[in-house]
Amino acid sequence: MDNNHLYKLSPPLKLLTWMVVITWMVIAAFPLFWLVTMSFKLPLDAFDANALTVIFGPNTKNMIGGISIVGVLVALGFGYLFLKAHQRRESIFDYFTAFFGSIPKFLVIIFLYIIVIVAAIITFFMVVPMVSSLFNMIFGGIPLLSLLVEPFMGITTQHYEAVWIENEFYKQFINTVVVTTGVVSISLTVATLAAYGIARTRSNMAFWLLIMALCFRALPYSTLVTGYLAPFIEYGLYGKRFGVVIVLVAINQPFTIWMLRSFFMNIPPELDEAALVDGCNRFQAFWKVIMPVMWPGVITTGLFSFLLAYNDYMVAMLLLDGDARTMVPAITQYFNRETTLTDQVEAIAAAASITAPIFVMVMFFQKQLVSGLTQGAVKG
Amino acid sequence: MKTKTFLIFVLPSLFMMLIFIAVPLGMAVIQSFQNTQNVLIQKEQKKCDPFGCKKVISTMPLLDEMGKPVSKTKWVGWENYTALLEPDRVSQAFSEAGGGFAELLGIDFYKAFRFTITFTLFTLPLVIMLGLILALAVNSIHRRYRGPIIFVTLLPFVITPVIGALSIKWLFIGDGILTATLEAMTNSDIAVFSNAWAVEALVLFFRVWHTGPFVFVILYAGLQTINFDSLEAAIIDGASRWERLRYIIVPHIMPLIVFVSLIHLMDAYRVFDEIIGFGAEAHVTSLQWLTFDFLMPDDTGNRSIGRASASAMLTMVGIIILLIPVLKRTWNEQRPR
Repeated sequence: MDNNHLYKLSPPLKLLTWMVVITWMVIAAFPLFWLVTMSFKLPLDAFDANALTVIFGPNTKNMIGGISIVGVLVALGFGYLFLKAHQRRESIFDYFTAFFGSIPKFLVIIFLYIIVIVAAIITFFMVVPMVSSLFNMIFGGIPLLSLLVEPFMGITTQHYEAVWIENEFYKQFINTVVVTTGVVSISLTVATLAAYGIARTRSNMAFWLLIMALCFRALPYSTLVTGYLAPFIEYGLYGKRFGVVIVLVAINQPFTIWMLRSFFMNIPPELDEAALVDGCNRFQAFWKVIMPVMWPGVITTGLFSFLLAYNDYMVAMLLLDGDARTMVPAITQYFNRETTLTDQVEAIAAAASITAPIFVMVMFFQKQLVSGLTQGAVKG
Repeated sequence: MKTKTFLIFVLPSLFMMLIFIAVPLGMAVIQSFQNTQNVLIQKEQKKCDPFGCKKVISTMPLLDEMGKPVSKTKWVGWENYTALLEPDRVSQAFSEAGGGFAELLGIDFYKAFRFTITFTLFTLPLVIMLGLILALAVNSIHRRYRGPIIFVTLLPFVITPVIGALSIKWLFIGDGILTATLEAMTNSDIAVFSNAWAVEALVLFFRVWHTGPFVFVILYAGLQTINFDSLEAAIIDGASRWERLRYIIVPHIMPLIVFVSLIHLMDAYRVFDEIIGFGAEAHVTSLQWLTFDFLMPDDTGNRSIGRASASAMLTMVGIIILLIPVLKRTWNEQRPR
């Protein structure tokens, strides 16, 4: 039902609304946009006081090279292909699931995503520059066409190469992958069981469990880490990624239970009862009847668990050291030793690298994120 | 569901919460009354240089067979708390010759406390206002454009807080682009990160930028559930736009505003990431940062766990106060009837 007419605005009010929204969008996106722009420039350009110099990077263009109008068009063309593939993802998934036969669908999907991510990195960091330099070779000598193929914006990927290859940032990336995978899988398994129990019981204990979880959710992380540190050092869990996984799962548990419970509450209990009447026991009813309709809720909650583990700074900083650190605390190493301007731009490139997965996640899961946020609040 | 089945379902989670939340909490309480220090011994050593040998007495930690420093834990009563709260210096500050509040805020704990409270209270109205304005604005924009707007709006919320703070810091630090623009506009030399108030303002701004989207999403969802009949009736009765907002829309989403306020108070009180991101510890520190700082090894590799526990306990006092209204609300909503 469209009730837009109730909110219909007079032209001046409409203009004001748009101005508010656009101003906000600029404020929201500008710091991130600037982060990415700076990460592709030589320090000379990246820290220039003139905004246009930072964007177009004349020094970078002269010393390293850059991207031409044709290059931008080629990049946009590939981007369009990826977008099209994304829009038709369901049929692509189905095709490959049928192609591989016995492999479960979600494994195929994960496999395909990994391939697409690798392909995207190769395309934008290697194929696009190659194609545009090819065009430059062919059309470079022709007067008017050369304007199209000559670089107009300086771009360099050297800081990313320095961060990922020379400084071995992939080690930190692997740590992050290990920690987030551990946190998401363990906390979802444990919390799904608990939330189902809480949502379906008439026992008073469920209420007290929820209250307890709420109290635990309010705890400052530092309080918990204070309690962990001494025994962790004592029993050799300090510096182990597994220790961090446990701590983050525990911190995450109260929140996950609350969110999953509200998803379970939306599934009518008649569904379980029907399964029970048909001769399932509780666990069969849970696993065979309820879980298949719960996946959206589990995925949404998983996203928030992922964010918590991925964004954590304090726990990983205090309980890990050296090469075992995850990406976010590792970046402090960069700005602690940022002596030269190049180091600073490398720190910026590392920061942009950390942001990229989150950006992709919002792109794919915007709806789930919004539904997760509103779940607890709107429905009580 | 039978109670036994229920227990089997919740047991893993209950176990985790008890072992990994309740136990450390208890540990922290105990540790706050203890002090653990490496046992030091005095050793006489011969030091020789080309001009002859002399005996030097040096202090070094006692090592056990494994080569680990031996540490001793002793009960110290309220010592950790007094070391944090420094009652002597407080009474000194408020005595005849003392410097009053200015001197009080020179003490680490009160400095952190002052900032945490200011931060929590100042960001609250700003965050609610930003969220409400955005929700109302997006709600009156055509459906077609809402998707991309919500996408961009979510970014500050989901981004890693430390990185988000860094990205804003880079706009201002040194001759960052915004500092340079401000300098060009005002024709003066500005150094943002040497002013305590500017750093504090940036930290506040970051939190509003970061949490505004969360409030927006919740309130926007609330706006979707408004009863259109009452809005239509109000229009027929000749209510102006402002009156409709004041008497229909805001009362309808008031429970949500209360909800996000409570959540925000609890979260803002735990302010930490932005202090790290902005590197603001020279100017402003928060209670969580204080605990964190005690837990980080100092130059000799020592961690003041006792001090950290005491500061964590003092932080908890504030959390408990903030938690009471949340508990009351949940109690009324979820109580088994």
